[in-house]
Amino acid sequence: MPAVLRNSRFEDPVKIAVCIKRVPDTETRVKIAPDGKLLDEAGVKFILNPYDEFAVEEALRRREHGGAGEVVVIALGAPAAQETIRTALAMGADRGVLLQVDRVPADGLEVAKALAAELKDGGFDLILFGKMAIDDYNHQVGPMTAELLGLPCVTAVAHLEIEGGKGVAEREIEGGVEVVDFPLPAVLTTDKGLNEPRYPALKGIMAAKKKPLDVKPTTLRAGGLEILALLPPPERKEGKIVGEGVAAVPELIRLLREEAKVL
Amino acid sequence: MTAVLAVLEQRDGAVRKTAHEVVTGARRVANDLGGGATVDALLLAAGPVRGAEDLGRFGADKVITLTNAAFGSYAPEASAAAITDRATSGGYPVVLFAASATGKDLAPRVAARLGVALAQDVTDVTVEGGAVTAIRPVYAGKALLKVKFLGRPALLSLRPNVFTPVERPKAGTPVTAAVAGGPGRVVVTSVKAAEAGALDVAEASIVVSGGRGLKEPANFRVLEDLARAFGGRAAVGASRAVVDAGWRAHADQVGQTGKTVSPTLYVAVGISGAIQHLAGMRTSKVIVAINRDKDAPIFKVADYGIVGDLFEVVPRLTEEIKKLHG
Ligand SMILES: Cc1cc2nc3c(=O)[nH]c(=O)nc-3n(C[C@H](O)[C@H](O)[C@H](O)COP(=O)(O)OP(=O)(O)OC[C@H]3O[C@@H](n4cnc5c(N)ncnc54)[C@H](O)[C@@H]3O)c2cc1C
Ligand SMILES: Nc1ncnc2c1ncn2[C@@H]1O[C@H](COP(=O)(O)O)[C@@H](O)[C@H]1O
Repeated sequence: MPAVLRNSRFEDPVKIAVCIKRVPDTETRVKIAPDGKLLDEAGVKFILNPYDEFAVEEALRRREHGGAGEVVVIALGAPAAQETIRTALAMGADRGVLLQVDRVPADGLEVAKALAAELKDGGFDLILFGKMAIDDYNHQVGPMTAELLGLPCVTAVAHLEIEGGKGVAEREIEGGVEVVDFPLPAVLTTDKGLNEPRYPALKGIMAAKKKPLDVKPTTLRAGGLEILALLPPPERKEGKIVGEGVAAVPELIRLLREEAKVL
Repeated sequence: MTAVLAVLEQRDGAVRKTAHEVVTGARRVANDLGGGATVDALLLAAGPVRGAEDLGRFGADKVITLTNAAFGSYAPEASAAAITDRATSGGYPVVLFAASATGKDLAPRVAARLGVALAQDVTDVTVEGGAVTAIRPVYAGKALLKVKFLGRPALLSLRPNVFTPVERPKAGTPVTAAVAGGPGRVVVTSVKAAEAGALDVAEASIVVSGGRGLKEPANFRVLEDLARAFGGRAAVGASRAVVDAGWRAHADQVGQTGKTVSPTLYVAVGISGAIQHLAGMRTSKVIVAINRDKDAPIFKVADYGIVGDLFEVVPRLTEEIKKLHG
């Protein structure tokens, strides 16, 4: 019998929420908008945040194991984030909620507050996030939401077992792997290695079009961070090809010692 | 008097190396704040911490150790509670963490409890006209975001290896206090340690990474030899291609879906330099690339490149490095 069903808590259908974000594709060439503060989105392709794919996949697998339950995906974002929600629905999630805003604020705590308000009365057994969003690299919304909800939280989970209302997660730390016990309901953020996310099948894509997607206009406060500038990364000074093959090694050593002063 | 709070890590009762960087960063912020602002270093531990006495040298005026049996291993909830209390009672304008696995887990919990904003993984922090500003890489390092904190305290975590420790001939005043409370609901029951003595790529000051050009897993010996020649300062990293192929552990992967590293020296061997790989290493101080394809994109970010067969070039490089250290 699947582990999740052995616990009396989970005799009721397992309810899982996954918070997902619409982000520019990893291949995007970053062009800065004329205001000098935001990404110029013209021509940019958007995707479901890759870490959130692990979260969606994990939710689907737990529901499939249980044979019953519901997976709800929630995104806070611009109207176009509906497409991101449809992607998750095509993977197999049951319904979606868009907390619609004009723009996602830089302060992750404001995002967490809006998500927490939506999640609060949902009766979820598990709430999943990605470890981080690959656009803003904020690395915070999951654990902040957990704190606001008063729920236990494990971040950057790369391995997960759930049984009897309790979970054991593994997370990478410098020089090792932490094994962490936690009770359900809980908030987890997912890291690479947890699973291999599925691709939406054509059937899933067709089915997703008919699944419920609730759009809720949302207003956020600006929060505690003001964007001063989005800057190009510092130009790495023109590198040089020291030479070809083994013959170039002594010169490389000299440059590393005398010019770069790193040896 | 104004003070900056530096939240430091210990593991198994010893101060971690990143602590020196965080204290150094805190010192810089305190100096920027002016008015004789001081630095309070904060350690959470089960008992006395080895290396706490050295923190004064890196800029800590006071070294506060809060003790609780739960702090023997990482206790996220008890730690967040203790730091939040301390941050509130101390009235700090700025609280700094390390952007380590632990720091990145802990800082958002504290930020949410305090109801303030957090900037993670920052590469620069300054005080401009009394306001704290931070710079952090976004979009996989393809841009930098500069933000200003509107409220207080400003919470930041500092990217490892960026804030080079600066020493001064001073000692910090030690303060120890026991804190009450249980471990919380989230409990670390064990740590599966990596190979003894192995440095983590995110913390090593030299990283030697290999990609598909290595051809097969056993050939990573060539890179391990090079890393060893640097005398314990170097770690071996990997591209995703070789991690996905199962040649190397995910813990060693550098890049967008792996670790972000900023070592003093990054040596990319048999790595083409895909944008997602660059995301993890482009803030390294000096980048060396060894690749047989002169058009490989890695050469665009490398400070120094050698075009050639890695199986010839790397062993020779190892020999030369050994001579320097011999
Ligand atoms: C969402 C997403 C996330 C990703 N995240 C990451 C990530 O975190 N990290 C990462 O690394 N990649 C990541 N990738 C993958 C990335 O796009 C590349 O596929 C990967 O980095 C390529 O690895 P490589 O350079 O080892 O292999 P290749 O691109 O195959 O390059 C091998 C190189 O070795 C050279 N070579 C071969 N033989 C020799 C020899 N004898 N001597 C010298 N040189 C030789 C070749 O010239 C070539 O340049 C990600 C991709 C996606 C889509
Ligand atoms: N606007 C958003 N809408 C829904 N979920 C989000 C949003 N922003 C962040 N998240 C979630 O929080 C995780 C961490 O994001 P971040 O803290 O922004 O790096 C993401 O992987 C998502 O799971």
